[in-house]
Amino acid sequence: MLFMVTYMPTLCCRLWGDHGQDTLENAHVCLINATATGTEILKNLVLPGNLNVFTAVPYVCIVSYSFFLTYNSIGKNRAQAATELLQELNSHVSGNFVEESPEKLLDNNPDFFHRFTIVIAVQLPESTSLRLGSVLWSASIPFLVCKTYGLIGYMRLVVQEHTVIESHPDSALEDLRLDKPFAEFKNHLQSFDLESMNKKDHSHTPWIIIIAKYLEKWLSEHNYKPPQNYKEKEAFRQLIRDGIRKNENGVPEDEENFEEAIKNVNTALNQTKIPSAVEELFNSEQCNNINSESSSFWVMLRAVKDFVHSEGNRDLPVRGTIPDMIADSQKFINLQNVYRTKAMQDAAAVSTHVQRLLQSLGKVCKNASFLRVVRCRSLAEEYGVDSVNKDEITSCMDNPDSEMVFYLILRGVERFYQQHSRYPGVYNYQVEDDISKLKLCVNSVMQEYNLNVNIKDDYVHEFCRFGASEPHTVAAFIGGSAAQEAIKIISHQFVPFNNTFIYNAMLQTSATLQL
Amino acid sequence: MADAELPMAVDGGYDWDGRWNHVRKFLERPGPFAHPDFEPCTESLQFLLEMCKILVIGAGGLGCELLKNLALSGFRLIHVVDMDTIDISNLNRQFLFRPKDVGRPKAEVAADFINNRIPGCKVVPHYKKIQDFDESFYRQFHIIVCGLDSIIARRWMNGMLISLLSYEDGVLDPSSIIPLIDGGTEGFKGNSRVILPGMTACIDCTLELYPPQINFPMCTIASMPRLPEHCIEYARILLWPKEKPFGETSLDGDNPEHIQWVFKKSIERAAEFHITGVTYRLTQGVVKRIIPAVASTNAVIAAACSLEVFKIASSAYIPLNNYLVFNDVDGLYTYTFEAERKENCSACSQVPQNLQFPPSAKLQEVLEYLMENASLQMKSPAITTTLEGKNKTLYLQSVKSIEERTKPNLCKTLTELGLSDGQELAVADVTTPQTVLFKLNFTT
Repeated sequence: MLFMVTYMPTLCCRLWGDHGQDTLENAHVCLINATATGTEILKNLVLPGNLNVFTAVPYVCIVSYSFFLTYNSIGKNRAQAATELLQELNSHVSGNFVEESPEKLLDNNPDFFHRFTIVIAVQLPESTSLRLGSVLWSASIPFLVCKTYGLIGYMRLVVQEHTVIESHPDSALEDLRLDKPFAEFKNHLQSFDLESMNKKDHSHTPWIIIIAKYLEKWLSEHNYKPPQNYKEKEAFRQLIRDGIRKNENGVPEDEENFEEAIKNVNTALNQTKIPSAVEELFNSEQCNNINSESSSFWVMLRAVKDFVHSEGNRDLPVRGTIPDMIADSQKFINLQNVYRTKAMQDAAAVSTHVQRLLQSLGKVCKNASFLRVVRCRSLAEEYGVDSVNKDEITSCMDNPDSEMVFYLILRGVERFYQQHSRYPGVYNYQVEDDISKLKLCVNSVMQEYNLNVNIKDDYVHEFCRFGASEPHTVAAFIGGSAAQEAIKIISHQFVPFNNTFIYNAMLQTSATLQL
Repeated sequence: MADAELPMAVDGGYDWDGRWNHVRKFLERPGPFAHPDFEPCTESLQFLLEMCKILVIGAGGLGCELLKNLALSGFRLIHVVDMDTIDISNLNRQFLFRPKDVGRPKAEVAADFINNRIPGCKVVPHYKKIQDFDESFYRQFHIIVCGLDSIIARRWMNGMLISLLSYEDGVLDPSSIIPLIDGGTEGFKGNSRVILPGMTACIDCTLELYPPQINFPMCTIASMPRLPEHCIEYARILLWPKEKPFGETSLDGDNPEHIQWVFKKSIERAAEFHITGVTYRLTQGVVKRIIPAVASTNAVIAAACSLEVFKIASSAYIPLNNYLVFNDVDGLYTYTFEAERKENCSACSQVPQNLQFPPSAKLQEVLEYLMENASLQMKSPAITTTLEGKNKTLYLQSVKSIEERTKPNLCKTLTELGLSDGQELAVADVTTPQTVLFKLNFTT
């Protein structure tokens, strides 16, 4: 424990925040198949976090190209060997392994999987994936399917409904409410008189105040309509520019805060409105029908919606942060406090709409515009003849070199396995002949779905060359990617992919497809 | 874990049956996407195992991953350079290190671990700075792969490999090219690029892609702080040199006592201005300029880099051309493009660099230009020239006595210093192992 406390704080938490870290610590992960890819995923999960890790593996390892299996592991149960070496990475993780194959578990004890926060399966044959997918879908347990096949990486996320509370967008627009100033801001604005200020104060007034002041002026002269188009915004900028103090010779002084104001006119004049993604959530059934079974996410969301329709006057709770800007300390802090106080008031108002979870509430309000729900189609829907996403497939394949082609050939490869009980091109002498066999399999899958797409022979050939290999470098790429997506699912922070990720290591390109 | 008896010698060492099957498939089979020079043969594996020499720069987050990936791809002659020792904060992503290794050199511990875990692998560690080696060291490698956290170090390495290039009658000799694979990560973002010095875009060609670090203006720090970061910088930049709390020692971001001192002073400063938010954690982050590292980003970028090493060493595929950007904040996003060479790149173009200044400009202006220009971004340039047949140092910062002697030159104009139109100035800097030649053009 001491070990965890000493190295956890700074680096992890600045990104995840303490909140995310809690859910990571209580997670219980199931990894199926400790192959190179599987052990890489585990390594990336085990290293940074305090997770409970579970491994189920059917096969005894013969060849080790995993970093966590050594020559000495040969002959041993792969899961056991991998577990031992992985635990070295983090002595506070408890790793367990199971000796039954996933197929056996599905036959005899499918409930086994219900205890997990997420199930990650690697290199599973299609039939097992589909069976397991169905069990996990009914139990609402997220399922991440991964495959490394030659120089192609594949990931498929299957989750019914995944809520993201903190999606941490990189470039978030500020929430300044200059178009709809709240009462406390208007009061604060009154305390500024730009004309009568001394030189120092004038050049250290925050640009938010400057824009607000000049906006007041503009509105009174333009029938209370804010600047609408480019011409008017230019005029507004000029209005501000004219406000820059001049010295005895009429030369404008160097007032950086005014320059900042001019620069920020465009974004400052943005309309305050509720993002469409959040509107959609407000209109969804789960939000409108809150009951005893509703998750805390929906309860909170509903509370925010109720706030919007009452105290909020059709707007979300104020975020409460302002960007840094040229100002003297006091003016900046005072302005910051105006926003902060308002944000806290709004948060308190939302809390009157909520019966519990006041602790998490602060976070939800700050991120009200950053609430997202991710819903992935089930594997059954992806594979079903009537529900297959033909549009996505055909439109991608308008470009025959699209990463979609690798998905289609992977489907053909699984068909090949079903028919021949082996993968194509495993041995050198098979490569040539298997090309035409694989092509037939791919075509038969296309025909079943009534898909008319052009699959280049070169790609089929390359898949035979791959010979179902799992090169470590590609395994490591998928290992890193999959671990990160798993962490997103477990922590409910950051938005996961939806729903199929293809990595083409030959060209170092990738694509996310919705299948 | 006790090692069992090693398997019987096969293929010249430590290989058991089927050990390299997954690698062989790419070396021994033809395919439609292989490099035009590729010839499938069984000897390729021997080349990888016994002859191909790779240099890994950095044994940190990226370095550990690179070493593992290369070793598992069949490379055995690997050297690794790292000047750091292991800190406890490294343990959550630098997986070759254990608590018992704290304090030991990263390169050595990493090499030991890999050599033990992967029989036959011979990683040679160097607990040194890259600048401690010269051309004769770097020349021995087939491919160099960097997992650095410093742009200065990258540029230096870039410059070193460019200096190894040989030209005959203006034509580049391809055998003098040592490919450089460069990987970098920052939180959830990362990039991986392939550089063929002299042929493709080098680090300096795309210097504008690396924005200069944010430094707060001094007046904000000194008299008008607004953010907790300003308070911390106040303690770091102004108070530490003044109060010298630990004698003549400079502030060490890894020393908890130092950080504690800065933290306390920052709190006091913040209290004066009613600023909230100063924490120990933030203090450390600001002092060390830490951008939180994420294990999985390192895994992804190192994987991409190692694969490129394999492609180039084996010709089994055409290498990345030439820049991959990765970001998994929102889903997973990659962008691959061909970074272009800069026609007048100060590092690789061999085009003489021009400096345009009026003769009345002060040397200070030239110095600032060298540091602030986005394509040059020098750190502490030393400027020398030849006057009346003799070498003259116009300004040099790194040696105190010379700095004091040449400081007055900064206020002198270029004509006062005796410089004329077309004068050649030689500039040395940490960002490059070779001096850069500039031609002074007087403007009216």
